[in-house]
Amino acid sequence: MPDYAVVTEKLRRSFDDLVAVDGIDLQVRAGEIYGFLGPNGAGKSTAVRMLTTLLMPTSGTAFVAGRDVIREPVEVRLRIGAALQDAALDPKQTGRELLRLQGRLYGLSGRDIDMRIGELESLIEIGDAIKRQVGTYSGGMKRRLDLAASLMHNPEVLFLDEPTTGLDPISRSRIWDEVRRINRELGVTIFLTTQYLEEADALADRIGIITHGKLAIEGAPAELKRQLGSDVIVARVDGDAQDAKRAVESIEAIEAVDVYDEELSIRVANGAGFISAVALALNESSIRVRELTLRTPTLDDVFLSVTGGRLQREEAASEEAER
Amino acid sequence: MSAPRNSAPIAPERRAVTARRAGFVRDVISLGGRALRSIPRDPESIIPALIVPVFFFAVNVGALQDVAEAIPGLDYKAFQLPVAIIFAVTGVTRANILVLDIQGGYFDRLALTPVNRLAMLLGFMVADLVLVMSLSIPVIVLGTIVGVRFETGILGIFAFLGIAGIWALAYNAFPYAVALKTGNPAAVNSSFLLFLPVTFLTTVFVPEEALTGWMSLVVKFNPVTYLLQGMRSLISDGWVASDLLAALAGIGAVAALSVPLAMWSLKGRVRRK
Repeated sequence: MPDYAVVTEKLRRSFDDLVAVDGIDLQVRAGEIYGFLGPNGAGKSTAVRMLTTLLMPTSGTAFVAGRDVIREPVEVRLRIGAALQDAALDPKQTGRELLRLQGRLYGLSGRDIDMRIGELESLIEIGDAIKRQVGTYSGGMKRRLDLAASLMHNPEVLFLDEPTTGLDPISRSRIWDEVRRINRELGVTIFLTTQYLEEADALADRIGIITHGKLAIEGAPAELKRQLGSDVIVARVDGDAQDAKRAVESIEAIEAVDVYDEELSIRVANGAGFISAVALALNESSIRVRELTLRTPTLDDVFLSVTGGRLQREEAASEEAER
Repeated sequence: MSAPRNSAPIAPERRAVTARRAGFVRDVISLGGRALRSIPRDPESIIPALIVPVFFFAVNVGALQDVAEAIPGLDYKAFQLPVAIIFAVTGVTRANILVLDIQGGYFDRLALTPVNRLAMLLGFMVADLVLVMSLSIPVIVLGTIVGVRFETGILGIFAFLGIAGIWALAYNAFPYAVALKTGNPAAVNSSFLLFLPVTFLTTVFVPEEALTGWMSLVVKFNPVTYLLQGMRSLISDGWVASDLLAALAGIGAVAALSVPLAMWSLKGRVRRK
């Protein structure tokens, strides 16, 4: 019987007519990194705000670090740390002042505060910047300080709401390293929301895909990808992709075909063996193929097969523009 | 619930830090300290409060002294010193920082800690009190330089500062209420407008007896009239219980409106909606 850090049942939150979180059941094991993956507006932040006691659920239950989020918010607050979206920090305090204040509000003694700052300083590699006002920090430094602030009181569960949104790739990979270290070296359970597939793939032991307030699918990234079969043949076509879908669907051994815009994702056990059959079928139906590629499934394919949409629409669009 | 935190700690011998509620007083001190630190880093917000009182004192005395002192027994500099103090302290607040905290999300970050919710407001007000006391000192020094003497002596000066301080807190609850209710910096800036009727529709230029028409009526309903009267009595008349009580009652009337408003706004802001 594993220990659970986050358990919710039928967790629901609505704002007037809008149901932001629509009955989510979660079981996050103590010590794991759980990735909550979904597009903008899927309900990730609303879920995190409920789990971190900032927002009241409309219905359902939620337990975090063994405490009831609804009835024991202070007990929950003592056991969790959170870095919310956009690293909301006070620009007029220095890094050190901000960490000290954070420690004091958690009832830490001056000695404990100094000790924690010493430990966290090296973890987030902030260097001399800790003496400067936060307003002078780069985006990546702010996120790292925010991480440190949320760890001052040695929490059991850490919530990170889109920790790398808006960061450049180098800053992003630094944050990833730190998240891994926090999890591995401090044993902190991490509940992470993200709209980036690679982030969930790189960090999370298990992910849950959320769309329209509902949990669409859940599992370890590798396991989810495996469920799709071993290969994906992607065909970009001119014209109606539905016609193309009909053309290839009849090919034996093809497990499923998902369509998104002008793109077909054809799932098949042995991609190399069937890519020529796909090319032929499309050719026979007089469909102009602009691109035909073979690859292993990504989380985006998982997302597509579960939700019928692409998570990284914008990225796909910009790639297309480059061609 | 025991997280497997013994798996591979950075330093296995390190003493585990445990979070607990710091308690109300420590929370107020911690947040008050942070609000105080913000003051010298945000000088543009206090420079007006340093200039305005000196400016009005100089202009009012310069322009009106001869006219006003036609009223027998009126020492116009002593009459104007409380006005300068009121200008120095009224609406001098950290509500602008609070509203930026709310807008930027730092308020939520603090709300994630087990901090006492009331301390999230009182910390700022404690800082305000320290600030307005500090702003009053140069005004008092200026008054002394130009020859204003307190009938009530040094104790009277402390009483004078004390009245100014609690007045500032009572008045400042309004901008805090606006900050907490709206979370909108523009709305907090607009709350400055309240300063105008409160500080000008009163005995700011001449004594009540010299006012005529609608002004003479309006000033009776402005608590600042009684506040000024009480403060002036400390300078010119000695310890006059009725004047001091009237001043406190005036402050009380404002606080009876502003403090519940601020508390209600705070409650709405920290409630998990």
